[in-house]
Amino acid sequence: MKSKLLACPYIVWMILFTIIPLGIVFYYALTDSVTGQFTLANLAGMGNYLPIFLRSIWLAMFSALICLVIGYPVAYFIAQCKPTTQRFLEMLIMLPMCMSFLLRTLAWVAMLEDTGIINSFICAIGLKPLPLIRTNGAVILGMVYNYLPYMILPLYSVIMKIDPRLIEAALDLGCTPRLVFSRVILPLSGPGILSGITMVFVPAVSTFYISQKLGSPGTTLIGDVIESQFKTAYNPNLGAAMSLVLMVLIFICVAVMNRFGESDGEEVIAKV
Amino acid sequence: MRKTIVCLLLVCVLAFSLMPAACASDNEITVYNWGQYISDGTDGSLDVIAEFEKETGIKVNYLTFDSNESMYTKLKTGGAAYDIIIPSDYMIGMLIEENMLEPLNFDNIPNYQYIDEAFRNQAYDPNNMYSVPYTWGTVGLIYNTQYVSAEDAASWNCLWNKDYAGKVLMFDNPRDAFAIAESILGFSYNTTDTAELQQAAELLKQQKDVVQSYVMDQIFDKMQRGEAWAAPYYAGDFLTMVEENPDLAFSYPQDGFNIFIDAMCIPKGCQNKEGAEAFINFLCRPDICAANLDYLGYSTPESAAKELMDPEVTSSPVAYPDEQTLSASESFSSLPIEATQTMNDLWLGVKTTGSNTTLYIIVSVVAVLAVAAVFIVMNARRRRKKARRCK
Repeated sequence: MKSKLLACPYIVWMILFTIIPLGIVFYYALTDSVTGQFTLANLAGMGNYLPIFLRSIWLAMFSALICLVIGYPVAYFIAQCKPTTQRFLEMLIMLPMCMSFLLRTLAWVAMLEDTGIINSFICAIGLKPLPLIRTNGAVILGMVYNYLPYMILPLYSVIMKIDPRLIEAALDLGCTPRLVFSRVILPLSGPGILSGITMVFVPAVSTFYISQKLGSPGTTLIGDVIESQFKTAYNPNLGAAMSLVLMVLIFICVAVMNRFGESDGEEVIAKV
Repeated sequence: MRKTIVCLLLVCVLAFSLMPAACASDNEITVYNWGQYISDGTDGSLDVIAEFEKETGIKVNYLTFDSNESMYTKLKTGGAAYDIIIPSDYMIGMLIEENMLEPLNFDNIPNYQYIDEAFRNQAYDPNNMYSVPYTWGTVGLIYNTQYVSAEDAASWNCLWNKDYAGKVLMFDNPRDAFAIAESILGFSYNTTDTAELQQAAELLKQQKDVVQSYVMDQIFDKMQRGEAWAAPYYAGDFLTMVEENPDLAFSYPQDGFNIFIDAMCIPKGCQNKEGAEAFINFLCRPDICAANLDYLGYSTPESAAKELMDPEVTSSPVAYPDEQTLSASESFSSLPIEATQTMNDLWLGVKTTGSNTTLYIIVSVVAVLAVAAVFIVMNARRRRKKARRCK
């Protein structure tokens, strides 16, 4: 009874700030911006923005994968360290997150620009400046840099909890270290991989600041378009429709990823 | 028991957080102005706001916007009350049409007498009931003389020149951006013809390969550091930029350019109208106006202020172009809502047109999705087989 009472504030909070706003998003997405009447025109026009939706998903997926490739060894390494070192390294990973996200992205702009730190150095040693900024690569770099901690932390907490006796048992039963990794450690860290990918993918797919600062006018992401609808174009209806479609697409992507997770889990059970 | 108290406290916190923020006190005004658009005391200039607060005791909350459109959206979506806004001519016309401005009480603004006759009763506010001119100015082409030749800079076509690919900046608002395309095509800035607007949008799409980014106030930083070489912007801001980077130059393109007036208005829902009028009156005082515009570099609508200003600024052909140059200029008037909507839609189309890598990205996404689907189907089949074997 008491626990129910304690949950009250959060339930009220959720209704006020999640359920009702979601209803408002639906309302705007399904009404006309001028007359305010019911219409499906906002959603019907989404086909025009398909390339942008796909580009956002593609860049976010790509950065999530890069985060995984970079983050997994780091998380594994941290989990192997002494507890004091672990705490120190964990803090180092968290440290950039204490700095404003906007500031960190601007710092990358200062480094990558045509007249930025890296290109000034390249020019100083007599080479031609490189086209670093305003490429898809720069946007992915920005995403990976900003969201890497969200990959490492869940991976680390999952890997840390793997029972060392399981690894010993596998070794005793004749597994080579490589097999121990692929048959025991990797499947057991599956949930961490999944939540890491979700935590990188979801914010990355809807980002607008990173692509505005590091991308070119040709690499507009859906987050930029949604922002412009609310900030300058004053067409909240179209913006709401886009947000809605994006939400559905994110759900589909996360569901697909969870299917991967499911099959992984069953394999573990089957093999054990 | 203790848990109940904690729970109640949390509910209280929640309830308080939902209450509207404390209403502004009588002695406060909120000013909503363009970014970098008031003398703020840097480089030994006059700190206009501090001076006003000292003289009147009214506290000023100062906020900025980066385009007329974003200011309009902010006003329209509500949630914030401003006492003074300083939009441009066509936007004032639109706000008046939509009944979003308060008529001014000119008894509280005696310094209106200093505003030159030429700047009163403009087309956007025919009876001059709602606005008091703040500055006027023109849009021209700012370019870096180290990289861009003066011949190229004589026309807006410079911003389409492939030689400067990746070094060109463009306005990040539809009205100013369309105006440049319309100059090249020889259309009026106030055209409501859909076909003409579409042609302008097509021209803007062709420009995308050359454009580094669509920006407003970031133009200052990018041009000053040589990160970009050519950009259209307001003449007054050029005078600020050239102080930082003497390589910059300004041209009035021969295809035509925009002339604008920015004026102070009081929006509906203001909290302190008298305070706001005192602020407008203060900014119209010739000595304050002169000091403010000396810093801004924009042109003054007051002859009395012009006499007090730095002669170097007032003799500059950039800030005060001669009659002959001005004959190529055209001002914006407020467009009917359908034309504004068409322009916004077309502008969105311009902004979202992809680069040539789009096709390759679509193919990759489809491929990845296909692989994922195959994987899931195979897995399901394998599982079903396994289940059958177990039976």
